[in-house]
Amino acid sequence: MAYSEKVVDHYENPRNVGSFDKGDESVGTGMVGAPACGDVMKLQIRVNPETGIIEDARFKTYGCGSAIASSSLVTEWVKGKTLEQAAALKNSEIAEELALPPVKIHCSILAEDAIKAAVNDYRQKHKLASAH
Amino acid sequence: MDTTPHFPIYMDYSATNPCDDRVVDAMVPWLRQHFGNPASRSHAWGWEAEAAVEKAREQVAALIGADPREIVWTSGATESNNLAIKGAAGFYKGKGKHIITVKTEHKAVLDTCRELERQGFEVSYLDVQADGLLDLAVFKAAIRPDTILASVMFVNNEIGVIQDIAAIGAICRAKGVVFHVDAAQATGRIDIDMSQLPVDLMSLTAHKTYGPKGIGALFVRRKPRVRIEAQMHGGGHERGMRSGTLPTHQIVGMGEAYRIARAEMATENQRIQALHQRMLNGLKDVEQVFINGHLEQRVPHNLNMSFNYVEGESLIMGIKGLAVSSGSACTSASLEPSYVLRALGRSDELAHSSLRMTIGRYTTEAEIDYAIETIKLNVAKLRDLSPLWEMFKDGIDISTIQWAAH
Repeated sequence: MAYSEKVVDHYENPRNVGSFDKGDESVGTGMVGAPACGDVMKLQIRVNPETGIIEDARFKTYGCGSAIASSSLVTEWVKGKTLEQAAALKNSEIAEELALPPVKIHCSILAEDAIKAAVNDYRQKHKLASAH
Repeated sequence: MDTTPHFPIYMDYSATNPCDDRVVDAMVPWLRQHFGNPASRSHAWGWEAEAAVEKAREQVAALIGADPREIVWTSGATESNNLAIKGAAGFYKGKGKHIITVKTEHKAVLDTCRELERQGFEVSYLDVQADGLLDLAVFKAAIRPDTILASVMFVNNEIGVIQDIAAIGAICRAKGVVFHVDAAQATGRIDIDMSQLPVDLMSLTAHKTYGPKGIGALFVRRKPRVRIEAQMHGGGHERGMRSGTLPTHQIVGMGEAYRIARAEMATENQRIQALHQRMLNGLKDVEQVFINGHLEQRVPHNLNMSFNYVEGESLIMGIKGLAVSSGSACTSASLEPSYVLRALGRSDELAHSSLRMTIGRYTTEAEIDYAIETIKLNVAKLRDLSPLWEMFKDGIDISTIQWAAH
């Protein structure tokens, strides 16, 4: 299977790899997927409590090249967004940007789930209403 | 010509082998001026083609210690497996309807058995041990009074383990069960002597032994005689067992490939054993690496390893200078990881993290050294990216976590 240039770029130069301290009040952590399925994504956001804006993001992913690229891409996309805007990102936008083939759509769905999970984790820490 | 413009180092010899130059040279005349039909009995064009086919039949028989009259040409191992299993099941169905095979067989055997189940046969798919080998006691216990056929592969295509065919065959003989062996991955890699082995039917192919694709053979034992029903009907070629005009050039290629294998396999396999050891030495100290399949009872051509916490397809994407394969689901159309590794009892994540490297006649030490370096580099890089590796390093047992399946 041939990968799109953007997938290869994110795979070879992944953006924002790493971890924040899970216990930090300003950090929201989302971990989705399962090792048995061959994909696990951990996505973290650092939110400015004053403005409610995501100022930084980190990821780590166990999965195929498309899964790595999807999570790398969303760490770029969520920066500068509000929690609402981040939670509104759609997997179809990720799949389109990376030109994912149908068999890899689940990677973009997982990335969307990871953002939502990270946003929800932050909101729970701060007793805010959850996104869906 | 539309071929890939870049060529990674070939380490996928279990998928197919390059055709030996000597094989190609032997084939070409039979595509050019010597085009006759070996079944033409009325003129010299046919006679010379028939002589070439019979010479190749002797060469193929010689590699496995068989009588040339026991060799039936087919299009490859998939057809040989179909012909052997459906053919024997059809012929002996009056004696019973039970067939035994193993969960780690090639799909050409498993899917053929599934089709026979649809036709009313009953099939037992036996588990293997954690090392990939069949437990003889389990095999013996699976035989029923109505068992007519057993099919067990010689060398596994994914993990390279060698089943104890002599012992399994002896059990079949004692119980009057017809015994078929898929030897597609075995010829030229291990010694096969059909004058000693209690095997009734054996599938062979050319392209895993440096011959051309599209040609294979089925060994059908004469003493004691085994009968099969033809699956391909027509002009009654191959003593009625497989009709169809014989492709002289392909057959000559298979004959030459098997001649070379017989002449050179002893020295060649020593060299490959040394390369195998070199690769193993280079990779065995990587943390959390697991060898899939029995360590000794395997062909040296195969090294199947799981690099824990690294997903196989992403690793293959990284080691792009190497042409290898993986048991990861992502390299296939389905989302299921390798059924062979699952049958060994490997966890899903270890199955997803596997790499199959298979080497052969043209692999060099320099290529092995390159492979070791690029694999180590990319495993380290991907582990830096892996949340599972991070958890492992933090002392978290990932098997205790409740993962949401997706």
